[in-house]
Amino acid sequence: MVMLEVKNVYKSYGDVPILKGVTFTMQKDQTKVIIGPSGTGKSTLLRCINQLSPPDKGQVWLNGKEITDPKSDINKMREKIGFVFQDFNLFNHLTALRNVSIGLEKVKKMEKDAAHKRATQELTRVGLEAQANQYPAQLSGGQKQRVGIARALAMEPDIILFDEPTSALDPELIGDVLDVMKSLCGKVAMLIVTHEMGFARNVADEIIFMEGGVIVEQGPPKEMFTNARIARTREFLGRIGALYGEEEGG
Amino acid sequence: MALDTLIDSLPSLLNGLGVTLLLTGFSIILGTILGVLLATGRSYASRPVAYLVFIYEKVLRGIPLLVLFFLIYFGLSQIGVNLDAFTAAVIGLGLRSSAYQAQIYRGAINSIPEGQIHAAYSLGMNKIKAIRHVIMPQMLRLSIPGWSNEFTILLKDTSLAFGIGVIELMRQGRYIQVRDPDLVLIVFLLIALIYFILVFSTNNILRYVEKKYQMVGYQVEAHR
Repeated sequence: MVMLEVKNVYKSYGDVPILKGVTFTMQKDQTKVIIGPSGTGKSTLLRCINQLSPPDKGQVWLNGKEITDPKSDINKMREKIGFVFQDFNLFNHLTALRNVSIGLEKVKKMEKDAAHKRATQELTRVGLEAQANQYPAQLSGGQKQRVGIARALAMEPDIILFDEPTSALDPELIGDVLDVMKSLCGKVAMLIVTHEMGFARNVADEIIFMEGGVIVEQGPPKEMFTNARIARTREFLGRIGALYGEEEGG
Repeated sequence: MALDTLIDSLPSLLNGLGVTLLLTGFSIILGTILGVLLATGRSYASRPVAYLVFIYEKVLRGIPLLVLFFLIYFGLSQIGVNLDAFTAAVIGLGLRSSAYQAQIYRGAINSIPEGQIHAAYSLGMNKIKAIRHVIMPQMLRLSIPGWSNEFTILLKDTSLAFGIGVIELMRQGRYIQVRDPDLVLIVFLLIALIYFILVFSTNNILRYVEKKYQMVGYQVEAHR
């Protein structure tokens, strides 16, 4: 069953075209990884999906409803679309627990106690129950990002969009975040922009290679890494694979 | 003899102090509520509203307080709006303070990373919820030092309400001076001391509040 459908999405910033007609679909609980050189619109695509930057043209559908329809209740639809940011964007004035529970309290109108209980479960799921009462400034980058994932998970989204979730982290902290993401595979749909090739290769159901505002090629990781149809894909994967631990892909 | 007069006039000074505190209290409340609304309006409302706020701030920060008092107290009565002096003073002080406070809050809003509001939206919050639950709490915390400063300025500027006949601390001192001109130095030294103590103690209280509500990670460390 198609859960997310992105149809011919265009987006420009000023005169600069970023996305030039992007189309793809995602099934329920599928994991897709978007790769490609910087400046090709990968992050913009994610922001077009949850309408943080609405596309200029094209449509986005979630569960048979058009998000891009101006008449649709975008706030209601965003509840179903989690977003994990490159620079975490945790709420600085709230503890880890409250960061996770605030959406439940203020958007889903849950009772405070129930929301805290639920938030504690999500923090436990990402291995941070001990840090529940710490503020973002007291957490390491990897911990912050795991709180960010817990915050998205607590809303019980249909899909979580990850915008380079490990790019701002020290190498030794990346593993914890990737482990958490791996554990979510098959439980919630994930669309991940990342440069972690090993992760992409092991975890993704499908890899999307983007360049110049369009999807160049997409397919299962095995096919993409060993047998890409398009020369440019092979070149990119070869180069970036050498840089980002392709060998762990095994 | 002079000392007796001074002691006799203490109750009237205390009365004046009470009025000064009431003036300060009412006008800081008015100024804070309006200031927060203005700052949020300027940062998040539509362009025309933001522009109106901009004009409001410019005008009110460009007029001397005493002129504002005269406009509100005497000027408005000419077009049929008769306010008592105390109310006129509260409005004048509150409006002017709101314009300065709006600047403080706007600075605080600008220092909150934009990603915070994006994160709020991505949880399904609408603009009002995002402002209320994410921006506002951070804005207020970041504004406490600036607000303390504005508070002390406002407290001292209540003395200008003497100009439109509000019987506050300053005017009580003036009454004593008129009755007994020899006391002028000692009375106004006493009044100066009262203002100083007020400012000093409220500053200390506010520093405590600032510490208590400071966001973890946003403390400013002294580097000596």
